[in-house]
Amino acid sequence: MAALLSVQGVCAGYRGVPVLRDVTFDVAPGSVVAVLGPNGAGKTTLLRTLSGLLPLTAGTVRFDGQDLAAVPVARRVRLGLAHVPEGRGVVEELTVAENLRLGGLWRRDRAEVARAMAQVYELFEPLARRREQPAHQLSGGERQMLALGRALVARPRLLMLDEPSLGLAPRVVAQLMAVLATLRSSTGLAVLLVEQNVRSALSIADTAVVMSLGEVVAVRPAEELRADDTLRRAWWGFWPS
Amino acid sequence: MGAVYTTFALSLVLIWRAARIVNFAQAAISVAAADVAWAVGSRVGGWWLGLLLAPLAGALLGGLMERLVIRRLGPERHLDAIIAAIGVTMVVQAVLGMVFGLQYRPLPAPVSQTVLTVGGVPTLSPYKLLVLGAVVLLGVGLALLFSRTAVGLRLRASALAPEVSRLLGVEVERMTTLAWGLSAAVGAFAAMLVLPTGPGLHPTAMDGVFLTAFTAAVLGGLDSPVGAVAGGFAVGLVLNYVTGYTDEPNLAPVALLGLLLAVLLVRPSGVFAGPTIRRS
Repeated sequence: MAALLSVQGVCAGYRGVPVLRDVTFDVAPGSVVAVLGPNGAGKTTLLRTLSGLLPLTAGTVRFDGQDLAAVPVARRVRLGLAHVPEGRGVVEELTVAENLRLGGLWRRDRAEVARAMAQVYELFEPLARRREQPAHQLSGGERQMLALGRALVARPRLLMLDEPSLGLAPRVVAQLMAVLATLRSSTGLAVLLVEQNVRSALSIADTAVVMSLGEVVAVRPAEELRADDTLRRAWWGFWPS
Repeated sequence: MGAVYTTFALSLVLIWRAARIVNFAQAAISVAAADVAWAVGSRVGGWWLGLLLAPLAGALLGGLMERLVIRRLGPERHLDAIIAAIGVTMVVQAVLGMVFGLQYRPLPAPVSQTVLTVGGVPTLSPYKLLVLGAVVLLGVGLALLFSRTAVGLRLRASALAPEVSRLLGVEVERMTTLAWGLSAAVGAFAAMLVLPTGPGLHPTAMDGVFLTAFTAAVLGGLDSPVGAVAGGFAVGLVLNYVTGYTDEPNLAPVALLGLLLAVLLVRPSGVFAGPTIRRS
């Protein structure tokens, strides 16, 4: 099957300091790809580059066959590429409902947006109860639900999540992962999941891209990584339990 | 004239919220917009058409200023932007002087400015009632725009969280231009309302209003539209008391600057400023 997202030899960085070097991998439609690696591996930089917040210095990014080089950030979500940034990224002064509306403003079909919002409220019940509250009153888990729900209002084909489990209780993380697994099987949503929480990421991923110091050091089926202890030790020197 | 100070203060707050810049060119731009509007209005349509045209001209000038000057400076150069705004003021005032001359040209009010006396008590003039009504309408309109419409939501989100907004498909640059245009439109609207109460049109005719409105906006907290409204009326009252009790109109600017200084010393964030939540 043709890749939904194809990353070829990508280099990028901040103000002339290179971070990513020759990053290459694919995301197939409807698959979950986990990007794993320790702090400073370039995982967040990778997502910021893919969504266009950082310019490429080399390589190409194709989404559904289209080269994204000339597509500005605000246009990428229209193609079906959604990015939930690190640290939740909810707009704290806006209410829950306003945050969700914001995710669908670019869409012309108002009824479709209303349907998508209703589905998000169904999926994340705490949000429905807090509709009219400003987002800064939400708990960490609720914020993550809001950020995720807001991305879903755009009905993306590929959802890029940056550390969704950061600072959340294990039970909440498990809930989020379950939601992602459900969405994937019911809507064919592909997910590019950046995580430090290796265990929860591998629990739903098909493929794992392992990064270290800005380079991809391995692309393996998640199955293999779950089973193979020696590989994991080789990459990290230890296994976070 | 607290209502007009309020409106002009609101126009300053609009830009502050969108770009964290005090637009020192607002006075010159609003006069320019009023000049253009009156150049048409004095021939056809009168003051009323002028009141409609001034915000349009203002929006155009404000948007142009953002596109041609402010954007080129880049997002983090707030101090440079303020200096650039002062530069824009000088250019605009010089151009106005060349085109329209340096003498005051009267801008007549559409209705009487004679104070109405009801049962022996002097109240407001018909023109002041008109101004009050126009300002209330504008305030309600702006509140609805920001709270109820998609554009309002985009404007707020772009100001509060530009990067996240961009990721969600909001054209943030367009919203910034729009915010500058909207702000200048409100400023021009205020100019059309206030200029008939003074000697008229002149390149520097709005400078005094700017100073008053700036004090009002700072008093209310530059971030808060409600604060701008309250600040506008508070400053209007202070000015009336000072000039009314001392019978010395020249004290007004002194009182104003004293008030500005006091606010900056005692409570620089303003009386109505909430906690600031901003992120990239």
